[in-house]
Amino acid sequence: MDDVFLLSRLQFATNISFHILFPSISIALGWFLFYFKLRFNLSGHPVWMRIYRFWVKVFALTFALGVVSGITMSFQFGTNWPGYMETVGNIAGPLLGYEVLTAFFLEATFLGVMLFGMHRVPSWLHTLATLLVAIGTTLSAFWIIALNSWMQTPTGFEMRDGVAHAVDWWAIIFNPSFPYRLAHVLLASALTASFLIAGISAYRITRGDNKKAPRLALKTAVFVAALLVPLQIFVGDLHGLNTLEHQPQKVAAMEGIWDTQKAVPMLVFAIPDEKTRSNHFELAIPNLTSIILKHDPEGEVQGLNDFIGEHPPVKPVFYGFRIMVGIGLLMLVVAWLTSFKLVRHKHLSKRMLYSLIGMSFSGWIATLAGWYVTEIGRQPYLVSGLLKTSDAVTDIAPENVMFTFILYLSVYVALLIAYLHTLFLMARRAVEIEEIQPQERLQQKHFTKTLNNTAGELT
Amino acid sequence: MIADVNLPVIFAGLMALSIIVYAILDGYDLGVGILLPLNNDHQADQMIASIGPFWDANETWLVLAVGLLLIAFPTAHNVILKALYIPSAIMLVGLILRGVAFDFRAKVAQVNKHRWNQIFKLGSCIASASQGYMLGSFVMGFETSATAYLFSILSALGVTCAYALIGSTWLILKTSDDLQLRALQWAKVTGKISFVGILAVCIVNPLINQFVFERWTTAPFAYFMVIVPFVCFTLFYIGHLVLKQLPLKDDSGCWLPFLITVVIYVFCFCGLAFSFYPYVVPGKVTIWQAASAPESLRFILYGAVIVIPCILAYTLFSYRVFWGKVQDLKYY
Ligand code: HDD
Ligand code: HEM
Ligand code: HEM
Repeated sequence: MDDVFLLSRLQFATNISFHILFPSISIALGWFLFYFKLRFNLSGHPVWMRIYRFWVKVFALTFALGVVSGITMSFQFGTNWPGYMETVGNIAGPLLGYEVLTAFFLEATFLGVMLFGMHRVPSWLHTLATLLVAIGTTLSAFWIIALNSWMQTPTGFEMRDGVAHAVDWWAIIFNPSFPYRLAHVLLASALTASFLIAGISAYRITRGDNKKAPRLALKTAVFVAALLVPLQIFVGDLHGLNTLEHQPQKVAAMEGIWDTQKAVPMLVFAIPDEKTRSNHFELAIPNLTSIILKHDPEGEVQGLNDFIGEHPPVKPVFYGFRIMVGIGLLMLVVAWLTSFKLVRHKHLSKRMLYSLIGMSFSGWIATLAGWYVTEIGRQPYLVSGLLKTSDAVTDIAPENVMFTFILYLSVYVALLIAYLHTLFLMARRAVEIEEIQPQERLQQKHFTKTLNNTAGELT
Repeated sequence: MIADVNLPVIFAGLMALSIIVYAILDGYDLGVGILLPLNNDHQADQMIASIGPFWDANETWLVLAVGLLLIAFPTAHNVILKALYIPSAIMLVGLILRGVAFDFRAKVAQVNKHRWNQIFKLGSCIASASQGYMLGSFVMGFETSATAYLFSILSALGVTCAYALIGSTWLILKTSDDLQLRALQWAKVTGKISFVGILAVCIVNPLINQFVFERWTTAPFAYFMVIVPFVCFTLFYIGHLVLKQLPLKDDSGCWLPFLITVVIYVFCFCGLAFSFYPYVVPGKVTIWQAASAPESLRFILYGAVIVIPCILAYTLFSYRVFWGKVQDLKYY
């Protein structure tokens, strides 16, 4: 039983970690594409179309990986966590159902029009398709985050014979942590996509691409990031306060606080040790945690020792939180410095470009770290206070779970390598391509305005 | 107000609807993948272009079907997917390989494109065969006897062939010239094999399945069960005649084989579904035993009633946009 438990957790964690990489790009990239297309429609300037064309290909690839890994997810609930559906299926089911009905069909159908319909439908309809895809991905995040938040802070239900029954759907969907989590996740996606766009565009520029498109894309993405990082930090702070109210043991693990105490210092670094129930090598800023969490330098915060047997493993939560916040602060520095330069000199040094390239996938790391804090921080419960993870696990033979785990893991590693490889390959290729060919201009019969502009630019 | 006892029936109907829509829609694009020629890149491009705008939405019907099983009949979802744990994982890997190959092949260097074509074909075959295998063991009530395995393997071959059939009729509809001629050839071969496969299932299924035997021989289902094979075989015969005549000069009637195949699919599916109704797990769990709480079912039903017509409407819209013969695959 123990083996199945461990393997099922590992397999679920691997699958969802792989899956979230792609939504975290595609949710916001959809909105970026809509913006690029809109700018093109309004100005008729071909540079926006060039940006659109490059990033729509990245979007198609990312979306495909998101879809196929998501289909795997929908099989996992029943196979590996039967106790989950037995206990809270009456609540989880409808939320998942609404995700399929309202989001998946919308995005999948209009994706076809968006990717292949450019020359078959009028421009406004194509822009509308792009918008609907973006709405679809966001709706999908809405429903799945509603479910996940409900698992963290369940409300609006009653237990009958050990099974949860819905009482108030409004309270279930808009549960106490939902607004914070949704905002935080959507902003995380926006930052992930911004830094990806900025990084890949910087890569193209260092490779000698002196067209206008990568520079404009970089500028757009950096400005978006510069605006949204502070907002994300602010939302993150509110999110933490909300967690303190509903899941104090999680916050104690995030901050590495063992004993309930006043005037809590903030640990910049430490090595928490669950055996001795203390920290080694503490590097602390006095009173800061009390100030952040209680808005009072002397404020009291509950420690882990108040929750023995009911609190999560400390190390992953503690480090995960530091990685996320660290990357958030790094993003702030990079985005602001680059924006400052862009506004002042309009020219980026090699160092700046390389730091942007280095940050291309920082959003992925922060997102994963954040999810690990959230999900591991909920342990030993699967649904806070209702259902322990160990009670939900399957009774499938461990060999079978081992087999599928290795199968998925090897496929995922191969796909991740192929994805990254192709991404950079596409970027390198874009350097040489003259993106608008003369015969293509003639095809664009719907864009009379563009035609003139393009012709004007090229001659 | 819908009575509580009727809710499971409605959801069983919705699930049946999404399964048959899935089998038809993803059936044709899996079929195109199974048939993908590895020696003719131009034809491969055209074939993939013919399913390009649709495959993603087609696959979503599988998510809906599994979703409805999970939402409306959670106990059955557990039993079925646990029994089919390994084949479903293999199917997922097949779908993963196929879905990503579709996108990668368009974006990599020419040498690698060929490899992704192979992966696309392989993924399509794996996904179809494991779906057939799963159908087979479902029909056999998840027995672990040798006959059950044999039946499942036969079913894997049968479903693969049936997908290839609907795939080739799709190509007859969407392509012209050389490729269309090739598709006609494919349709003739797979049509014959599918015919034999269905015949075999009709004979074998009641013989080894006591439950199905009773179902097929007692009224009122017996009347329906008599019609099903009769209609199917007539349709096969008509299809055979049509394939012989095609292609006509002005390409009229190119849609006939696809339509006939769809009708055959629907009849076979109804035959199968009625053999087992009201069981979700054959002989073990009925839809009422497996259903979730009525207040939850009702909550989804309201949404489904509003949303499903919208889904159908914009699906039709997308087929209208891409009406007619395929053009070269153009990204963007
Ligand atoms: C915050 C966002 C988010 C999160 C936490 C999840 N997903 Fe997801 N999912 C999406 C956001 C998303 C998306 C943006 O809508 C996707 C990803 C890429 C895409 O193309 O659509 C998607 C695709 C996607 C698909 C394929 C949809 C299709 O056919 O078009 C399925 C079946 C799932 N997901 C299922 C799940 C399950 C069962 C999850 C949880 C355990 C899950 N997703 C977590
Ligand atoms: C998308 C980002 C997510 C990531 C990266 C993520 C990560 C993880 C990780 C690492 C675990 C294992 C924790 C442990 O066992 O110690 C886990 C468990 C789990 N999560 Fe998530 N999760 C995510 C979203 C979700 C969502 C949206 C849901 C459901 C709606 C969900 C449901 C579960 C379930 C059912 C388990 C298994 C039981 C458990 O081990 O707690 N997760 N997740
Ligand atoms: C720098 C300031 C930040 C703070 C103070 C902060 C705060 C938090 C907190 C407290 C949680 C856990 C909430 C819970 O489980 O109850 C969390 C989760 C999370 N964080 Fe952050 N965060 C910050 C930056 C970021 C950045 C930059 C990203 C990604 C680009 C990010 C992505 C996430 C994600 C995806 C989760 C999991 C989902 C959720 O529970 O909302 N965070 N964050």
